Amino acid sequence: MQRAAIQRILGILLMIISISMLPPVLVSIGYDDGAMMPFIMAFLVTVVMGLLLWFPVRAHRKEMRLRDGFIVVAMYWLVLGLSGSLPLVLSVAPELSITDAVFESMSGLTTTGATVITGLDQLPKSILYYRQQLQWLGGMGIIVLAVAILPMLGIGGMQLYRAETPGPMKDTKLTPRITETAKALWYIYLGLTVACAFAYWLGGMTMFDAVGHSFSTVAIGGFSTHDESIGYFNSTVIEMIAVVFMILAGVNFSLHFIAWRNISIRPYLDDSEFKTYFKVLSIVALITCTYLYITGTFEFGDAVHNGIFQAVSIGTTTGFTTAEYHNWPGFLPAMLLLASFIGGCAGSTGGGMKVIRVLLLFKQGMREVVRLIHPNAQVAVKIGGSVLEERVIDSVWGFFSLYVGSFIIMALLLAASGLDLITAFSAVAACMNNLGPGLGDVGAHYGDINDIAKWILCFAMLLGRLEIFTLLVLLTPAFWRK
Amino acid sequence: MKIIILGAGQVGASVAATLASEANDITMVDLDRDRIGDLRNRFDIQVVYGHASRPEVLRRAGAEDADMILAVTNSDETNMVACQVAYTLFHTPTKIARVRAKDYLIHPQLFAQEALPIDVLISPEQVVTEYIQRIIELPGALQVLDFANGKVRLVAVKATHGGPLVGNSLKTLKDHMPSVQTRVAAIFRRGTPIIPTGDTIFEEDDEVFFISARKYTRKVMSELRRLDKPVKRVMIAGGGNIGKRLAKALEHQYQVKIIDHNMPHSKEISEELEKTIVLHGDAADSNLLLEENIEGTDVFCAMTNDDEANILSSMLAKRLGANKVMAIINRPEYVDLVQSDLVDIAISPQQVTIGSLLTHVRRGDVAVVHSLRRGAAEAIEAVAHGDEKSSKVVGRAIDEIKLPPGTTIGAVVRSDEVIIATSKLSIEAEDHVILFVVDKKRIKDVEHLFQVGVTFL
Repeated sequence: MQRAAIQRILGILLMIISISMLPPVLVSIGYDDGAMMPFIMAFLVTVVMGLLLWFPVRAHRKEMRLRDGFIVVAMYWLVLGLSGSLPLVLSVAPELSITDAVFESMSGLTTTGATVITGLDQLPKSILYYRQQLQWLGGMGIIVLAVAILPMLGIGGMQLYRAETPGPMKDTKLTPRITETAKALWYIYLGLTVACAFAYWLGGMTMFDAVGHSFSTVAIGGFSTHDESIGYFNSTVIEMIAVVFMILAGVNFSLHFIAWRNISIRPYLDDSEFKTYFKVLSIVALITCTYLYITGTFEFGDAVHNGIFQAVSIGTTTGFTTAEYHNWPGFLPAMLLLASFIGGCAGSTGGGMKVIRVLLLFKQGMREVVRLIHPNAQVAVKIGGSVLEERVIDSVWGFFSLYVGSFIIMALLLAASGLDLITAFSAVAACMNNLGPGLGDVGAHYGDINDIAKWILCFAMLLGRLEIFTLLVLLTPAFWRK
Repeated sequence: MKIIILGAGQVGASVAATLASEANDITMVDLDRDRIGDLRNRFDIQVVYGHASRPEVLRRAGAEDADMILAVTNSDETNMVACQVAYTLFHTPTKIARVRAKDYLIHPQLFAQEALPIDVLISPEQVVTEYIQRIIELPGALQVLDFANGKVRLVAVKATHGGPLVGNSLKTLKDHMPSVQTRVAAIFRRGTPIIPTGDTIFEEDDEVFFISARKYTRKVMSELRRLDKPVKRVMIAGGGNIGKRLAKALEHQYQVKIIDHNMPHSKEISEELEKTIVLHGDAADSNLLLEENIEGTDVFCAMTNDDEANILSSMLAKRLGANKVMAIINRPEYVDLVQSDLVDIAISPQQVTIGSLLTHVRRGDVAVVHSLRRGAAEAIEAVAHGDEKSSKVVGRAIDEIKLPPGTTIGAVVRSDEVIIATSKLSIEAEDHVILFVVDKKRIKDVEHLFQVGVTFL
């Protein structure tokens, strides 16, 4: 481990991220909401922290090693969660405790979208903007952003990139050079955001709401500038725009890249992960709509648009709401919550376990069945015609067991802290999958649960965002052994 | 530049390493998953698994918009077919292939545009052999590099006690040899480069790079160290590709012995070589070496493809009394370990070869590139084009040219005449300018210098 190299990179990254405190200042000046001081102070604190870290080791020039990558990414997300909470702690409205502020900031950055704040509509515009921006930065990954704009990360950038990017196949690059790959990803991300904001604006949102919601839609976040989330607008058009962009943002960005480069939609149709993703969302939406109609919860029209919106919003792990889905009848809330375990595609901004992993697990399961029938058969696990390496399949199993394991442990801890079982299990699921709204006491917001539970959930969100391994590897003694 | 490298062998990997660090887009194709996986982890490159000559594999590697394809797989046939595929299906502008078999090489019409369209053929073994041959011909030199078809030479020597110039400043060079024109391009003192000025004083153990016309190189060397006597007896360990070629190239001027441990193979080379004595045995067997008069050997060359064997056998040869030992060492880490105290000259085949590839990667009209000091420095022969308006060098005296720091112009070759650079010398169009760049980061600026402005068409 190279302490100096890690410290230097962390310092630089902090100085970069401190810049993100400045746009809210502009928003504050623009709307004259009088809430700009917290952002300026937070900017200063972060930039000075970065300087203090960087200055003593500024001349250090050594390549990062594999292990350093894990530490940098994990530390950076931790520090970000804390520094991101600064403006919220310092601000007068809303008045948040440190726990609440960190929870809110972590929930934003990990694109979970679970909030502890109520009365959003009365808050200063700059604070609202800041929350949306947190989601946007966290969506594609701030490390990926850093890799794109810092050529000096070089080959070390690959270590960081790998530790942050979601999905089982982390070595696939869009272009030969990692900086170019990161840039391409951010261009697509930016393009989607602009398109989404424009569509929202055309759909009838104000400029502020359109930009804010495009941030949280494309990041698959789920923060809104209103307490009632998307339901506030009460517009089927806006809901459908949101559905389209949530689906797009949940697709592997390398597919967008290939499709855009070849100017063709073939890459989508040929990709088995995309097909599965689309099928799962369609089936969930179909069941939801039908069940809502049969049970008479809604009229036919309402059942269709509420059903589709909620199924896509939960299925992609965004977490926007138009209706109180946690109060829906029968098995619907549980099914939707479980659908969020599948989540988005690998290499997207979505959370959950990722479609490709679930698909792999399923195929692996089917292989065992075939093997029982034909004991001598050689069966390869294929995805989209190409055989997957055993190594990848192994890692998916490892991931799955750790995911389930951490889920159970944290849910039990939450229950032990005093939450009822439905709340505990759904809260951990919603946070680990970076979904947002849970069931029971955490259906609408997370303001009412105890502080210990909030800290556990913060950890759950980070665990989900960094896909378990990056964080858990730091907790193993083997990692720290010299 | 977008470059596809076929074959992740020693040459492929080292080329990838050099080029990737210069912000080129490198994609590597190989059939060995572990090997390319390992390269992907170490360098910022993309890798593709598959048969290098198959169109689908090439397409996946991005052949459609690649600027250059470099086929260095183990098989000549694969390399040739890959270039054909790249030409026919993807219209790749530059196609470089390694072809080893002499049988192909003696028919240049095979590689014409309408036959097998390969722009540049490289034969690393041949390049390495010639490199070693030049060092043997000029005893005492660490490196001998040719420019302008051998008219100009860049020579690296270690200054030793006994050289008349050691302890004196560079200025006195002229007084020592009034008739000889030469220019010191760079001095490396304990591994760090010094840009020589008139007041720089030569110290013992300095590694001095000087440029001069071919006929003067010996004379200049004699000023920096006591000249070694000409080589007479050469012993080569390893009768592989390089060893055999070297023996063949040397056997008419020197007494050559070659040792190979493979019985059928040594028989084979004995049939092929004319005057060389082929010995069957272990090059690290001291009895064999002593029997074959190792103490009277002027140069011992360890040329097997095994680094460790080369290092050990050359150390042994040196202990037993060989005057000078050199070894082929593929791993760059080993070069630093053994160079100069254990082994006199460590030869890194990749580094020798990479220059011939860099010639095609460099922008501007570049005739020759030699990579030096493990890629940290470079010597370039660039051709000046254009006129005073369109070019940054033509029509200007050398001291007027804005050279990037750490760069020196050593010599200029004008049609057939070698002119050693002086500050007042003015560059003309079509001059071949030989530059020495101590810091690779500055190569870009040098490229810019020799690129002609848009007005020149």
